[in-house]
Amino acid sequence: MAAGRITKDRIARICMVLTTAAVNIVLLLVLLGLFAKSGPVLKQNNLLQLIFSSEWSPLKGQFGLFNFIFGTFTVTFLAIIISAPLCLLTAVYLSEYSSRRLLYWAKLFIDMLAGIPAVVYGVWGVLVIIPLIRDYFAPLFGKAVTGYSLLAGGIVLSIMVSPIIISVLLEIFSSIENELKESSLSLGATKWQTVKHVILKKSLSGIISAVILGTSRALGGTMAVLMVTGNVAVIPDSIFDPIYTIPSLIANNYGEMLSIPLYDSALMFAGLVLLLIILAFNIASRLMLLKYRREV
Amino acid sequence: MDKRKLEERIFLCLMRISAGLVFTALLAITGTIFVKGFNSLSISMLTQVPKGGYYLGKEGGILNAIVGSLLIGILSTLLALALALPITFYINIYRRGRSKFAYYTRFSLDVLTGVPSIVYGLYGFLILRFLGIRASLLGGVFAVAMLILPLMCRTIDEVIRLVPKDLLDTAYSLGSTRLETIIHVLLRQISGGIVMAVMIAFGRGIGDAASVLFTAGFSDYIPTSLLQPAATLPLAIFFQLQSPLPEVQERAYASAFILTMIILIISIMVRMLGKKFSRNVIR
Repeated sequence: MAAGRITKDRIARICMVLTTAAVNIVLLLVLLGLFAKSGPVLKQNNLLQLIFSSEWSPLKGQFGLFNFIFGTFTVTFLAIIISAPLCLLTAVYLSEYSSRRLLYWAKLFIDMLAGIPAVVYGVWGVLVIIPLIRDYFAPLFGKAVTGYSLLAGGIVLSIMVSPIIISVLLEIFSSIENELKESSLSLGATKWQTVKHVILKKSLSGIISAVILGTSRALGGTMAVLMVTGNVAVIPDSIFDPIYTIPSLIANNYGEMLSIPLYDSALMFAGLVLLLIILAFNIASRLMLLKYRREV
Repeated sequence: MDKRKLEERIFLCLMRISAGLVFTALLAITGTIFVKGFNSLSISMLTQVPKGGYYLGKEGGILNAIVGSLLIGILSTLLALALALPITFYINIYRRGRSKFAYYTRFSLDVLTGVPSIVYGLYGFLILRFLGIRASLLGGVFAVAMLILPLMCRTIDEVIRLVPKDLLDTAYSLGSTRLETIIHVLLRQISGGIVMAVMIAFGRGIGDAASVLFTAGFSDYIPTSLLQPAATLPLAIFFQLQSPLPEVQERAYASAFILTMIILIISIMVRMLGKKFSRNVIR
């Protein structure tokens, strides 16, 4: 009887080891799969040409991804430039200046919004941001545009990533010991001086990693960007010009990719490039955040 | 006036402005979707599948997408749960939580959380072609399960870590094996947490468009088997919004409203359940 129980335990253990091992190699499998599928296009073109050429004409077998990589980075950069300072100031205000009640409700609201799907942010962008740019912002600079632009993508993405950035920041600020703040205040520092010299200094690496986390979210934000950036593969002259990002490229062409030779392979390669860029950001941010985890 | 005080004032003002901006933007999103969507909503949208010419502004509804999304959401959540439980049990119970292996597993789960859904979609598509299956409900379920698995694991993991070690030690000292401890002690302690993790993962899975784009396909009918293509709400929104006809665009707003409502209801339920279940837990 006792032996039966132990056998059951052993069997359960083996099943669990296998599942855990499987999840540990998923990432490797995804990378390998994408790499294997991008083999044909890598054979035809060399790597540098694929990344740095801006000639994208699948029918001629030209798959230069540069414009797409450029578009992905600029829209993400714009989004982070808009959202990082705003989120930082908001998070400091909520955690240090606001009342407990306000903090509670703000957290609740932010958590709820973090769950709203990207496609809904995209709908909002089309409904509100596009007309706003077309009718108000662009005419200020004397431009007549459709509104589907780098700027629209940047704004929508910046709003989309702000719940995650703010909630990570709040978590980091709340991990700072109260004694530290109190000793600064008791030495006669004003509240803002305490924020500047104690809180921001202590949590600097946490702030950076929160921003990088937001960046990696924005890099992969497919649907919202697809809906508002216009999807024209050129290097934009101004922020009112349309752009085309890697996720949009993949999402837009899934229908045609099997009918043109090498096209599917090129898209798999685009996916691989996107994944590698995001992984770099993500791993950097996680490594920095781990420090806080261990302390908690 | 004191320079320090002035600086304080300026920054406090800046912080108020930015907090105001962020929350206005977030409120504006919910507000717009609610007002616009609710106005364009009709009963027939909820109860009918698209009829001929639906995308040209004719009769019909998006019941196919609602059912498709719910099916994919439920099935993928179940699949992810079946994988997440063994993983979290293993790293926390069989390997005492703080081991190197547990550490690496958590790290790779965190990294997987950051992989964008379009990549999961692309990879799912690759696997489907490899297996010779076309885009279908099954494909969508697999892609979404991959997408939500890391999130679910990490949520359950956090809950298990809150369980007092003494409780588990008591079970061991009474002679139970680890499996028995998991089934009779741990599961009761974390049942509320598991329900919450399931809801959070479901909410994430049902709203994701990029992962089902290649894998689930789209159809005007309610799928009757796992191998048929299934429509999903996020994609229905996307396709309807691309139409040049205002009537069809209105339907995109209404669909966005439906999707947002489903997700908000889940989010509120998570909170309520969290409170309810935490009553019976030994701390």
